[in-house]
Amino acid sequence: MSEFLRAYLTVAVFAAFAGLLIAGVLGLSRLIRPNRPTPQKLLTYESGVDPVGSGFSQSQVRYYIFALLFVMFDVEAVFIFPWAMRLELYQVFGLVEMAVFIVILVFGLVYAWRKGVLRWV
Amino acid sequence: MIAQVQAMSTPDVAWSALAPLLALVGGALVLLLVSTLTTAKPPRGAYAIITVLAAVFAIGSAMAIWDRVTDPSQGPYAAVAGALSIDGFTVFLTIVIAVGVALAAMLCDDYLRREGLDGPELYVLLLLAAAGGLVMAMANDLIVLFLGLESLSIALYVAAGFHRRRASSREAAMKYFVLGAFSSAFLLYGIALVYGATGSTNLVKISAFLSHNVLEREGLLLAGFALLLVGLGFKVSAVPFHVWTPDVYQGAPTPVTAFMASASKAAAFAALLRVFVTTFYAQRVDWQPLIAGLAVATLVVGAVLAIVQSDVKRMMAYSSISHAGFILVGVQVASARGTSSALFYLLAYTFLIVGTFGVATVVGRRGDAAHAITDYRGLGSRRPGLALVFTVFLLAQAGVPLTTGFLAKFYVINAAVEARSYWLAIVAMLSAVVSAFLYLRVVVAMYMSEPGAAADADGRLQIPAGAGIALALAVAFTLVVGVVPDRVAHWADRAVPVLTDKAG
Repeated sequence: MSEFLRAYLTVAVFAAFAGLLIAGVLGLSRLIRPNRPTPQKLLTYESGVDPVGSGFSQSQVRYYIFALLFVMFDVEAVFIFPWAMRLELYQVFGLVEMAVFIVILVFGLVYAWRKGVLRWV
Repeated sequence: MIAQVQAMSTPDVAWSALAPLLALVGGALVLLLVSTLTTAKPPRGAYAIITVLAAVFAIGSAMAIWDRVTDPSQGPYAAVAGALSIDGFTVFLTIVIAVGVALAAMLCDDYLRREGLDGPELYVLLLLAAAGGLVMAMANDLIVLFLGLESLSIALYVAAGFHRRRASSREAAMKYFVLGAFSSAFLLYGIALVYGATGSTNLVKISAFLSHNVLEREGLLLAGFALLLVGLGFKVSAVPFHVWTPDVYQGAPTPVTAFMASASKAAAFAALLRVFVTTFYAQRVDWQPLIAGLAVATLVVGAVLAIVQSDVKRMMAYSSISHAGFILVGVQVASARGTSSALFYLLAYTFLIVGTFGVATVVGRRGDAAHAITDYRGLGSRRPGLALVFTVFLLAQAGVPLTTGFLAKFYVINAAVEARSYWLAIVAMLSAVVSAFLYLRVVVAMYMSEPGAAADADGRLQIPAGAGIALALAVAFTLVVGVVPDRVAHWADRAVPVLTDKAG
């Protein structure tokens, strides 16, 4: 076995140990716990609100648009945080680059705003 | 606490090299911003004109660097810290992709008004997709290649579903998205494996590593080749990764289909040529049989399945699969001759397929649904001009002499024969004969059958200005270059990709 693959052996050992651990704990508790099911115990929330209707339900499509807008700002933040930490390193070049980046994202926001996405209908 | 910081050396921005890319992205942003900020209705065709201008600017700025990169004393160079490679290949494909987006935009103009979808969004998507294609063509790094592929694909997923009221358009977008995301994952895994085997994602470094070292165990690299081929084979719609093509080409709005079959395919072939033929040249005995197998399957399946179709868009989708097989023959040769023949094919095919789908856009009528072969019956007597133009495109695709289609096929087969791939050349020629039947079938329907009752009901077909210009340009290129190809063929000869990390 090559050195490269041997390094992955650790991963395999870890994975096997994790599997054994889960099987062991669940198996042990199954062996020693009493088992007396009642209809109430088999409900989805044993001690909560009784579930009504089916598990499948449609959600409003308008949340989807907000999720998209969120992604826009989220990506922006992902790039801005590391940039802000090291701004002195990048100097004017970094400032201009980030300005270009933010301006392009603002275009997206302006577009969304003009399309009436920001209004809750 | 704060350590002394030294200013990081920032990469030089090679404006002249990036100008085509910036023209397309800038055009998209201008369209988006101007159309949202102004409340007045823009003049007819304004969006299409801005798109065409952006594409023309991209072509012009690409031509401006052509002399420099093909000049032996200066030569190709790498821009943006070695991430982009600027050579004749980049310039040639920039022109192919920009031509594709300009012609598609001309087709979009009347199409969107006719379908009640007018707005800047589709043009923006096409421009951004073209910018992604450009990044693929100039990528000097596998990660940059993936970035370009994703920009291209994500814009096209949305564009495919742009005809919101047609269920088939939405279906096409969904299918394209699910399968496309899957193939991107294959490509990315291939990149990871190649990185694992060679220690770099930079094409120059990979090529240098592979030509100076012999891998003791090649498994990782070969698996990487295979996965890269799956990812790129999906984009060029090579058999057996072609199953999405008929459904998506048929369902997508016809101008978008034209763009997909021209610019998007060219970008994927650009990646194939630069990554396999140029970078993995030393390993060509490993991947040549794979591509030869793909080429045979693509040629045969594309031609045979095209014959049994009754929908012209679907038929052209299968025929575009068969054309991809021809280009794969050029890729498989793995020589400068093979590459330039593939490049010539891509340029010729871009005009041909945009023209073909341009006619389909016009004949499709309101609703973009009249694409059955019966809808073309009697077109020769009702619109002789349109029928003649369509005949030129179909015969050129079949490979009739005095058109670019013939020369493209000739160069590819010639390159294969020179490389002693006789079997491949024979399969390609047989496939050309088989597919001639399907093109003639449409021609026969146009000239030798009576128009159906449905065709009379909506009266004369109008040929809108934008589509008219696009069709005229495509016909002019097909015939003029078909008769005097020397110049374009010479450009293609000098556009073979070069690997370099020399700063510009």
